[in-house]
Amino acid sequence: MKQEMIQYLFLVVSMIAATTITRFLPFLLFPAGKETPRYITYLGKTLPYATIGLLVVYCLKGVSFFVYPHGLSEAISIVLIVFLHLLKGNSLLSIGAGTACYMILTQFVF
Amino acid sequence: MNYKEEICEQEKSQSQNMAALRYAFPKTAPVMAGYLVLGAAYGILMSEKGFGIWWPLIISVFVYAGSLQYLGITFFVALVNPWYAFFMSLMLNARHLFYGISMLDKYREAGKLKPYLIFALTDETFSVLCNEEPPKDIPKYMVYFFVSLLDHIYWSLGAFLGAIAGTMISFDTAGMDFALTALFVVIFVDQWKSGKGHWSALTGVLASALCLKVFGQNGFIVSAMIVILGLITSAYYMEKRKEKQS
Repeated sequence: MKQEMIQYLFLVVSMIAATTITRFLPFLLFPAGKETPRYITYLGKTLPYATIGLLVVYCLKGVSFFVYPHGLSEAISIVLIVFLHLLKGNSLLSIGAGTACYMILTQFVF
Repeated sequence: MNYKEEICEQEKSQSQNMAALRYAFPKTAPVMAGYLVLGAAYGILMSEKGFGIWWPLIISVFVYAGSLQYLGITFFVALVNPWYAFFMSLMLNARHLFYGISMLDKYREAGKLKPYLIFALTDETFSVLCNEEPPKDIPKYMVYFFVSLLDHIYWSLGAFLGAIAGTMISFDTAGMDFALTALFVVIFVDQWKSGKGHWSALTGVLASALCLKVFGQNGFIVSAMIVILGLITSAYYMEKRKEKQS
């Protein structure tokens, strides 16, 4: 247990470090009046989109489409989320309904 | 300055701070709803994984990055290598660079408040502040400060309440982890609707799916990061070359 606590602490510290770095870096690198390198601006503009794509795949990495239930719970819930979000644009509603839908499907249906 | 004037000065700055707080609070109302609920869901998930009520609170106060904290649950469960967690966090947080760059001018003269304003610049706080220009008679940096602080409080309070609730919940929470997937899907749709970055978003999905297929569940993240960074960098140089030609 103690060993695990230390490992958890290390994980928390690495998350704090990474967050502090990404939040402060622009202000440290580009102090007043200095122009931001174009490559950095470009990364800042494009990388976030790709990262979220990566994270969606990361979340679904354990789903096996070739074995029953073929990731149906995930697929149905995601379709619901996308549909709701395009329709209403309310993040809380989309996340809440999607998660509830997934919980119901995995617990009672598949 | 004599004693009386000093008191008068103090009272004036106090009333100005109050004015800033009163101005800031309504701006944060939408964030309050979102942060209390998402924070609570985080607290419930953490307590479901066996973390006491203090972990979610401490992490929410000091990490204070919603999607990273959700992702962090998977770090804890799999007890991943801290370096792996670090690089994943950097990738997920890369969007902060963009926020920071957008706020360089706005926060330039913030003085003592600047470190906290930078620390507390979450997606939601950014979305509230990026177009915010308080009226001239209200100290604007105090407004930015209160918006940041209130959001920080909502998030941490939500996580704490959720963690307490988590110890009392008796229904089956299996599948609640899906909230993380749902969150990323929602961000993906929001980004897609903004009409920008379609190319980059697709690159992210396809490159990751391909790497997942090739390298398997455990090793695909790092290779996917490299492929994505490589593709974006080459797109940058292609764009640059095109500009030079025209």
